[in-house]
Amino acid sequence: MSRRTVVVVGAGPAGLSAARAAARAGADVTLLDASDQVGGQFWRHRALPGGGTAPDEPTFHHGWGTFTALRDVVATHPRVTLLTSAQVWALERLDAGVRLRVLVGPADGAGREHLTLTPDALVLATGAHDRTLPFPGWQLPGVTTAGAAQALAKAERVAVGDRVVVAGAGPFLLPVASSLLRTGARVLSVHEAATPASMARGWGARPAGLLGAAHKAGELGGYVGTLARHRVAYRLGEAVVAARGDGRVEEVTVARVDARWSPVPGTERTVAADAVCVSHGFTPRLELAVAAACAISPDRFVVVDDEQRTSAAGVWAAGELTGIGGAEAALAEGWVAGHHAASGAPDDAGLARAARRRARSADFARRLDAAHGIRGGWTSWLRDDTLVCRCEEVDAGTLRAAACATGSADLRSVRLTSRAGLGPCQARICGRTVAELVGATEPAPGGDTGSAPAVPDRRPLVVPVRLGDLATLPDVPAADAP
Amino acid sequence: MTVDVVVVGAGIVGAACARALARRGLAVTVLDRRGAASGTTAHGEGNLLVSDKEPGPELVLAQHAARRWPSLVAELEDELGSDRHGFPPLEYDPKGGLVAATTAAGAQPLRDFAARQRGAGVDAREIDVAHALELEPALNPALTAAVWYPEDAQVQPVAAAEALLASARRAGATVRPGVEVVGALRDGERLVGVRTSDGDIPAAAVVLAAGPWSGVVAARLGVGLPVRPRRGMVLVTTRMPHVVRHKVYDGDYVGATQSGDAALQTSSVVESTAAGTVLIGSSREQVGFDDRLRVAVLREMAARAVRLFPFLADASVMRTYLGFRPYVPDHLPIVGPDPRTPGLWVATGHEGAGIGLGPVSGELLADLFTGAEPATDPAPFRVDRPAVLDAALDEPHPSESTPSENTPSENTGEAS
Repeated sequence: MSRRTVVVVGAGPAGLSAARAAARAGADVTLLDASDQVGGQFWRHRALPGGGTAPDEPTFHHGWGTFTALRDVVATHPRVTLLTSAQVWALERLDAGVRLRVLVGPADGAGREHLTLTPDALVLATGAHDRTLPFPGWQLPGVTTAGAAQALAKAERVAVGDRVVVAGAGPFLLPVASSLLRTGARVLSVHEAATPASMARGWGARPAGLLGAAHKAGELGGYVGTLARHRVAYRLGEAVVAARGDGRVEEVTVARVDARWSPVPGTERTVAADAVCVSHGFTPRLELAVAAACAISPDRFVVVDDEQRTSAAGVWAAGELTGIGGAEAALAEGWVAGHHAASGAPDDAGLARAARRRARSADFARRLDAAHGIRGGWTSWLRDDTLVCRCEEVDAGTLRAAACATGSADLRSVRLTSRAGLGPCQARICGRTVAELVGATEPAPGGDTGSAPAVPDRRPLVVPVRLGDLATLPDVPAADAP
Repeated sequence: MTVDVVVVGAGIVGAACARALARRGLAVTVLDRRGAASGTTAHGEGNLLVSDKEPGPELVLAQHAARRWPSLVAELEDELGSDRHGFPPLEYDPKGGLVAATTAAGAQPLRDFAARQRGAGVDAREIDVAHALELEPALNPALTAAVWYPEDAQVQPVAAAEALLASARRAGATVRPGVEVVGALRDGERLVGVRTSDGDIPAAAVVLAAGPWSGVVAARLGVGLPVRPRRGMVLVTTRMPHVVRHKVYDGDYVGATQSGDAALQTSSVVESTAAGTVLIGSSREQVGFDDRLRVAVLREMAARAVRLFPFLADASVMRTYLGFRPYVPDHLPIVGPDPRTPGLWVATGHEGAGIGLGPVSGELLADLFTGAEPATDPAPFRVDRPAVLDAALDEPHPSESTPSENTPSENTGEAS
């Protein structure tokens, strides 16, 4: 009998862990990642010519040893096939199971190789990208997402600027500031929109409440220490509400915000800066889960059971896709998902350890949301001419006018009449912002679709594909056709 | 409170019916189980075509529509405004269509078809390859025949439907999204309103304009109506310089429109939008309301488009969406009263032509409703024609149709 085949999509902490667990449980594993390296966003690193890693790499990462161990397993295990630069661009639901369409080769290049996979089990570990709320001037060069700044620091050792302001919400701001400091940037300040009161609600009332999440203490404590050593102010209840500059950012306006994130009049002050790194949380990459018809929760994460199994037959999910839990949780969830996807034994000792580690992280997402979740008052820092959709250059005034003129709160209609979200990023950046601005409801896709309006995370084409690549797709066996 | 008319469906056909009826002084309520223009209207290309229609009643309606559209757009823009922060632009563009045969076998049927259309008054000009390349410089020069249709036009369908609805509201109509029809209110044989997910709505008349879901809603009202879904997919490229200047089709489009074959059919329809994207259609499948992605369909569409415009091989497709066309066995719309059920009126079944034909269908229905002289002959579209009544006998019994099935596609539909 042939071995069970498992495909894992995404080679960050969750995907690497899932691939190892599935191989260990006896399956033939194919691990795919769109990037040219494994590690995901969390362990994004500098690629040296010849394939090695830089000697200073461990200082940029937590759990670097964990990463190198996982990396070595997936690179050498006889039952693991690792494919980097492998972009899953579509998922088809068959009568039984799913079929993945993959292009392998340098992104945007012509002549990438087609790959079609019909595994017995699929583990989705596609992670999340950071969400940035718009503010006047956010389209200026020099304003980046915190994730992009972090990637630049980790992979290129390049700082986004000399005088950097970090702002937004969530503990992720801390490692970003820390990485920037390591690259030699001067981090002026870190502005966390969450107020001291909501921080206390999420993390507990102790002064260093953020460190209350036990498994995170070491990691976050280290960052706070780094900030303190460099005399970087970490200011709660503040937001960057505007950026200005001639051709690129030269100064930003920082203001105090209230519990609903509305700027408090009279508290604005101007800070000279040549770079601003902003992140207000994370948005899971749901495209493949939606395409597979996995149930999505009201707060828009993939719903999984104790075995990390989704509602779609043969599909498991792990990592940030199922809730923002950080790398430790992702590793544990990946272990559980990979083991079960491979039909591993239920009484496995490693499985039990992973499940216990996962349980320790279970409360993290709830605490994170209680402390740092986006509050509705932020929209009051927008002006009519503030761009909301950068791809199609739709500003807040146009968007509101389109919703008002048509009288439509249907997200699909508002998008089609204003063009917000119709550009190359396909609303990945602005989708939720647009929904919040026009007051449209965003029901979970994949679940009850009977009366649902638009589904912003449904992107049947996961990424843009060359028409020439589509036209030259090889045949699949007719028996496989949906 | 009893309204004069409940319109079921807030797509372009329902919107057009609501506007035409409300402007004649009737109290109109429009229901849609989802939002305005959220079904078939949002999942097509915005075609206003005469080029694809055989001589016959549908072509007559299309010719009437082609004459009506420019004045309708002017009326709507006058009424609603179209400045930057006014109503979104309708993007009406009488750009014309070019049909190109790409095979030796396809040349003569296209010429014959164009000749028949000319006999019916269509401006269908047979042109040579040089002329075709003048119109579309990026076209594959390996053509075997080409016909130029200056009367073909394009519109942004969601904006058009929203404009018709906004105009209807200004004439007093009420639009209620998120309200689903679940049954009939009857007085004997007579339909006197609808039961909905949000309570009963008594009405002197009900207009059924639910597109491909019209058969499902009809069953809930206790009536058989043979409207079925015919699936189509569209590809959208990223923005590019304006290279494709008109609507351009390969000649196979003509054959596919009139076929009842359930197997996959594709033919290329390529055009630019005002936003700079290129839309690539189209496919036709009879697979019920199955909304699963089929990559094989995309491949066929891509291959045909690249054959028509070789430069598109390097274009990036950033989005695909699928929708369901309302399809009647004899390929004609249904517009008018249902003599089997007093109080019930129908406006549906336009298949892939609902954007173009919707507005004049709404006006035709209002003419019939108010006893005005219809602008075109309504007889071919009547509900009690044999092709509709015979097929209606084969429809499932109303009790077999449950509210949970046959839900619309949830693909984010984007017409541009």
